Amino acid sequence: MADVTTTPPLTPAARPARPERAEKKPVISMATLTPEMVAMQQHFGEPVIQPAPFEGVLITDTSKVPDVALFVRDELHLEMMTNVTCVDYIKEGYLEVVYHAQHITGGAPLCFKARVPRDERAVLPSITPYYPGAEFQEREIYDLYGVRFTNHPDLRRILLWEGFAGHPMRKDWHEAYYEQENKPYDSRWPAGHHKLAEERVPWGDNVQYPPGFDPTAYHGNPDEGLYNTMMSEAPTGGAADIPFSETGIRTDELIVNMGPQHPSTHGVLRMVVKLDGETITDLKLVLGYLHRNHEQIAERNTWLHNIPFTDRLDYLCGMANEMGYVIGVERLMKLQPTERAEYLRVIMAELTRIQSHFWSIGFLLNDLGAFYTPALYFITEREFILDVFDQVTGSRMMNNYMRFGGVARDILPEQLARIRLLVNERLPRAIDELERLLSDNEILRARTIGVGYMSAERNIAYSVTGPLLRASGVHYDIRRADPYSIYNRFNFDIPVLYGGDVFDRYRIRILEMRQSLRILEQALAQIDQTKPGDIQAGRKAYIHRAPAGEVYSRVETPKGELGFFLVSDGGQNAYRYHVRSSSFINLGAVKEMTVGQKVADAVIILGSLDIVLGEVDR
Amino acid sequence: MADTETTQPGDGTGDAIQNDPRVPPELDRNVFITTLDAVYNWGRKRSMWPMLFGLACCAIEMICTAAARFDLARFGWELMRPSPRQADLMIVSGTVTKKMVPQIVRLYNQMPEPRYVVSMGACATGGGPFKEGYNVVSGIDKFIPVDIYIPGCPPRPESLLHGFIKLQEMIDRQSVRTVPWYRPGGSDVIPVPLLGPDIIDVRRASEIAERNKVMAESPALAEGNAQGQA
Amino acid sequence: MNLPGTGILKGLGVTLKHFIVTYTEDFKYIGKKAGVEPRPLRRSNPSNHGIVTVQYPDEHLPVPENFRYIPFLVRDSATGEDRCTSCGICAKVCPPQCIWIVRTEDPVTHRPVPAPKEFYIDTTVCMNCGFCAEFCPFDAIKMDHKYEITSEHNRSQELLFDKDRLTMPDTYHASIHPLDWARELQEKAAEEAKKKAAAEAKAAADARKAAASAASKPASATAGGAKPAPPAAGGAKSPAGQQSAPNVPSKPPAQPPPAAKPPAQQAPPPATSPQDPPKPSAGS
Ligand code: SF4
Ligand code: SF4
Ligand code: SF4
Repeated sequence: MADVTTTPPLTPAARPARPERAEKKPVISMATLTPEMVAMQQHFGEPVIQPAPFEGVLITDTSKVPDVALFVRDELHLEMMTNVTCVDYIKEGYLEVVYHAQHITGGAPLCFKARVPRDERAVLPSITPYYPGAEFQEREIYDLYGVRFTNHPDLRRILLWEGFAGHPMRKDWHEAYYEQENKPYDSRWPAGHHKLAEERVPWGDNVQYPPGFDPTAYHGNPDEGLYNTMMSEAPTGGAADIPFSETGIRTDELIVNMGPQHPSTHGVLRMVVKLDGETITDLKLVLGYLHRNHEQIAERNTWLHNIPFTDRLDYLCGMANEMGYVIGVERLMKLQPTERAEYLRVIMAELTRIQSHFWSIGFLLNDLGAFYTPALYFITEREFILDVFDQVTGSRMMNNYMRFGGVARDILPEQLARIRLLVNERLPRAIDELERLLSDNEILRARTIGVGYMSAERNIAYSVTGPLLRASGVHYDIRRADPYSIYNRFNFDIPVLYGGDVFDRYRIRILEMRQSLRILEQALAQIDQTKPGDIQAGRKAYIHRAPAGEVYSRVETPKGELGFFLVSDGGQNAYRYHVRSSSFINLGAVKEMTVGQKVADAVIILGSLDIVLGEVDR
Repeated sequence: MADTETTQPGDGTGDAIQNDPRVPPELDRNVFITTLDAVYNWGRKRSMWPMLFGLACCAIEMICTAAARFDLARFGWELMRPSPRQADLMIVSGTVTKKMVPQIVRLYNQMPEPRYVVSMGACATGGGPFKEGYNVVSGIDKFIPVDIYIPGCPPRPESLLHGFIKLQEMIDRQSVRTVPWYRPGGSDVIPVPLLGPDIIDVRRASEIAERNKVMAESPALAEGNAQGQA
Repeated sequence: MNLPGTGILKGLGVTLKHFIVTYTEDFKYIGKKAGVEPRPLRRSNPSNHGIVTVQYPDEHLPVPENFRYIPFLVRDSATGEDRCTSCGICAKVCPPQCIWIVRTEDPVTHRPVPAPKEFYIDTTVCMNCGFCAEFCPFDAIKMDHKYEITSEHNRSQELLFDKDRLTMPDTYHASIHPLDWARELQEKAAEEAKKKAAAEAKAAADARKAAASAASKPASATAGGAKPAPPAAGGAKSPAGQQSAPNVPSKPPAQPPPAAKPPAQQAPPPATSPQDPPKPSAGS
């Protein structure tokens, strides 16, 4: 049961909870060792591997990190490095890099940690050579926390640009509009004279410059490092130096930027491709054009404040994200949602999956050149699902529906009837029609079969999850592998296909929609047995305190595994809030999928990944 | 027809015409010009081509606006063009980040005149829920001029359509003689911001340099701006 | 093995069907339902397979009651006073912190008065999350349905909503939130019934006390009653409460312990425990 406060404190003195928390040292329980951890301890010795606070083991000798990673991969057979992130323990004076590795057959992930000091000695050996999926995540840590990874193939900033001052996720870094460590801000009430954030800061804008900085003399080029890494030995002697290709045509190497404004990059993604003729020989992604500091804002927010923010992560499937977050916080708070709330969550999450897959198939076809007709049909179907969301949750996309221990509103009988109508009549027909429209289409098949192939092993190495992984023959879906909510009550299959190409990624989404309909049918039948109105466990509250602890909770969103790594220090807000977003990590595999293909195929490969930039850049 | 209202006395546009020194007084409220305006605006406002340019969540609602249920094409805004050279209208739909702003300004500069900007959603209008973020620009109007602001997070497709109707009304009030794009020089090209330690608005570069020099000398002033290179 | 091209033909058949069905659907309605159901409703009905376009400026899709846009403050038309007590909860639960409230101070004692002096919502920051409405203990702030808000050129003034701009009469609230309004009425009735019962119980107890000990002292002073006394009173639902109950479907929106609600149907046996106030009660 969460520590809840429902009485509004009228005196301002009753509010700030921060200082007293610093004095009250939270009780830190050390993790209990699982057999895997014991095996690690036996292999590396007691002093190197120690139990860490709350969860996992701590590697005390940072130079051993790659060895441990190799051991974990090859001896313990945890093939996938799900999540790599960092926590800034400023009071204790170190940065802690947290790794979560997992079996592809399921079960809870194994966590190991390593600590580095916060100064220039923040250096750690990279595990990218063993787990390529860690490449982007390590770059993100370098960008936001300033931990340098030795032996990393391409350590550049990923979300911000080269030249940005500072590492913004460190706890002592303050943004220009910094007001106070945690919300709610004292300036809003009781003497909340409206003041724009712009009026508070020296520049009258959301900027800050290092002292003495002179922009007129600044000549940095954020893209320099990027092009340098891509430009191989540039032909110096002019055209004569360019080698003949096997077809006998002399071609120059060409570096082309696709995006961030490009109709097929699904938002503001930038792909820099090196072309030999029309064949892609190298590809680099430039991310961060939608980096809106979700994690940092979330660490200022209270636990409750974060729910609507998670909607904006992957904005096509708001309620799937919310579900991941509230489940994580519920685990921290040891709160069990009510039965009816569980059913409502599942219904909403599965409807979300269907509408997200409609969207992604529609836009994959757009990328293929079937401009707008399929997309129009599927957006129309999606609108009917959004209507339901609008009626039940109050918004079409930014639903803000889930609460800790329940959901925000109950569902009315007529709304349930509408969902039944959709699930029983409209959506199955729409999916059939989709298949008739597209699945046998010769052009579609010719363009997609065999394109963007990625084997199961490589997908796992790159930590790819979701439909992409299942389309390459891996039976991995968190709803079955690490069940959450009430998914184990339903009868459904995890569709698996073996092609590993764009066509199978398209087909697997259709199969998943059908399975979602199956879940929905059962959930809609069973929800009648729950008590109407029983949608909130415990009392509804706006201040929640989670006991000090750590949790990595994950759900299967339409894009793949969405994980929330939450650290609580016992206060009203998250000490660390990290989103392991599937879109972001799936993008790590794009290079391997596209190199060697034609440039037109790069577009559909990206389309088949179904990324959403809100989740990629966060 | 709304066009009859274009040059009503007392309306702002009419005043502007009167104050325009280059229009001889006898030509004021000339029937020919008024009719020309009516035709000119009628044509323009009914064949706007928005740029297919999505930034964030609001872009999804923008696409839904263009899809079957809300059908932007009913207004004659038939095609979404991904190329700025073929677009009249930029819908800034989503969070504007510092990293993205140089591209947006560049796109804006590439759009041919007459061009309009609609800022869709709280984020593009004033920073929105992510305003305090270190990589977020508090409103696109800090860099490019905006004609219509639509709050909401995200605005419903209807809200966006309403914004378009408002934009049409705005276009209706314009006159061939006062619009900037037929003037010598046209409108300004906006300098593309730089990405340094933070975003640098080139128009303010010298101001920043000066203040920074002062700040570097007196550390007390630097309070609140003391974010050294880590 | 399919003949090459059949897949494409099959797909074209689907588009052709879509084309035809846009007409046949409309024929189905001729003489039948036309006029009964307004067109936007019909077109947004999941059983419609024809045209889905809503002719927006001329027709409007009905917005559901739960729909959230910008919040507004409710003013009681009976008393002409704002419901808001400036308790500050909405400012605290607002995720992007876009609510600013200034409390009114008593000019003499400088003690806070439960009414806001200033109330701002910056709509260029508001994320329409609805937390303010959900957690306001006095039903004083609600989410508006008016989505047609734009500003030309001047956002810092026009899109910063102050108290005047935000305030709406409660009749407006009742018109756009009928279910929520019914819930409020019901709660109010229940509250009143409880108060009345409490007063009665109190009076009875007082009378008994007075009868027992002839020395009567405090009866009138405490009867004003800050606290409604719970015993035996909670179950006694007023007739008004029962009447409005059928309007309230099984679920009153946004309100946590509904255990007290459904028993309205079987109200006569007042067996339920008196665990009302359905909103988290505010200590004021
Ligand atoms: S206004 Fe809201 S919906 Fe639109 S981009 Fe910003 S966060 Fe997303
Ligand atoms: S929570 Fe309600 S009563 Fe309290 S300040 Fe906000 S609007 Fe007023
Ligand atoms: S709707 Fe949400 S963001 Fe807007 S004022 Fe209310 S609490 Fe704040």
